[in-house]
Amino acid sequence: MKHIEKGTFFINSEAETRALGLTIAEAAEPGDIVALIGDLGTGKTALTKYIAEGLGVKEEVISPTFTIVREYRSGRLPLYHFDVYRLSDGMEFLDTGAEDYLEDSGLSVIEWADIVADVLPPDALVVMIEYAEEGKRKVTVL
Amino acid sequence: MKNGRHLTLGIETSCDETAVSVVADGRDILSNVISTQISIHTQFGGVVPEIASRRHLENINGVIDKALSDADVCIGDIDLVGVTYGPGLVGALLIGVAAAKSIAYACDIPLVGVNHMHGHIAANYLEHHDLEPPFMSLVVSGGHTNIVNVPDYNKCEKIGGTRDDAAGEAFDKVARVIGLGYPGGPKVDKAAREGNREAIDFKRVWLEPGSYDFSFSGLKTQALNYLNSERQAGREINVNDVAASFQEAVVEVIAEKAVRAAAEYGQKRIVMAGGVASNTRLRELISEKAAAQGIDVLRPSPVLCTDNGAMIASAAYYAYKAGERSGYDLDAVPALEF
Repeated sequence: MKHIEKGTFFINSEAETRALGLTIAEAAEPGDIVALIGDLGTGKTALTKYIAEGLGVKEEVISPTFTIVREYRSGRLPLYHFDVYRLSDGMEFLDTGAEDYLEDSGLSVIEWADIVADVLPPDALVVMIEYAEEGKRKVTVL
Repeated sequence: MKNGRHLTLGIETSCDETAVSVVADGRDILSNVISTQISIHTQFGGVVPEIASRRHLENINGVIDKALSDADVCIGDIDLVGVTYGPGLVGALLIGVAAAKSIAYACDIPLVGVNHMHGHIAANYLEHHDLEPPFMSLVVSGGHTNIVNVPDYNKCEKIGGTRDDAAGEAFDKVARVIGLGYPGGPKVDKAAREGNREAIDFKRVWLEPGSYDFSFSGLKTQALNYLNSERQAGREINVNDVAASFQEAVVEVIAEKAVRAAAEYGQKRIVMAGGVASNTRLRELISEKAAAQGIDVLRPSPVLCTDNGAMIASAAYYAYKAGERSGYDLDAVPALEF
């Protein structure tokens, strides 16, 4: 992943969520992993939609909660969008065939990444999203 | 072939279930085995969602054997193998596809790869023996929310779908935040019967005029915001009212769009499929709206609404009759479109 500014900041609008998504997409290189951590409704899927937009993905990005992963191949890099909410740990994650995706030359974005943290590489870009006051979101990029 | 009937073995391993069925003449279920319903899983440590390909692999042979013995046939009686090749999880799909190919090769019988979504619609052919296309179909489940025009057995034209969360997923997530637990759909359905569906004014998301698409993510956020503000204000939350109001906002849009689609395409029947087709209020509302337009509504029984091998067998049978065949190079396609 190319350089991305690390630290904590607040997101106040959909436009700022989009800006973050586009920034991540621009920095993404083949094989990168983005680990999204945040409670229900904090905007993980919304952020992923904007990452997809930044990659030039043409298809509609829809929730992968049920299917665990959805693939999009119309952008600059293949996008593998995971939601591991229904899984219990990293081993189960790998057992779904995730390893093939993570080692592939696409960008893997993983929602609820804290569940599978035990098998994620240390260089994954971690994005934590928390509720803040007045509908804002507190974002920590590690 | 047994007793003059054409037998299809249907194999489904796209997601959570290892499921195999024997269906006669594309319509009669002789057996329908779903691994989570039988004791096989207990040998391997309890009821865990079979997302992992390892679990499908452990189950598949036992489930095939049971499907054959329940149907009182042997493998040599089977005329056709149908298998889900997508959409789904690649590791899970591959187990079913590999098993199907092996059987087709060993028994020298034809093989047909089936789109899982076509299978859900075909579940209705098993339930309603007189049903024939054309009709409008509504596929609503944990993973899908689609309106599909079905002009013929082997033609499915998707005219609308969700742009974010599936309907069943929205139910699951809201059930979780109001403490109803899993499975969310049936729990919300039950709680809603005790609640007031006009208690909270959740905004319906219709999207652009004329669109048959859906969006439920914003509704989920509305529910979360409502719960947060009520909690902050120290007010007690009436779970039944939240369930009823939320459910109403979801099913009203689904029912309205499905009926409008049927009317616009000149279809006299709406055929429901998928787990959410069992939702009481959706059934009630869609029947009401459809009746006003002279449209009938059909749906399969709950066991055929969930993932099963019988629906795959039926879809494979009609594809086979139309001349479709898959080669031994059939591969899993995780992102298979409608």
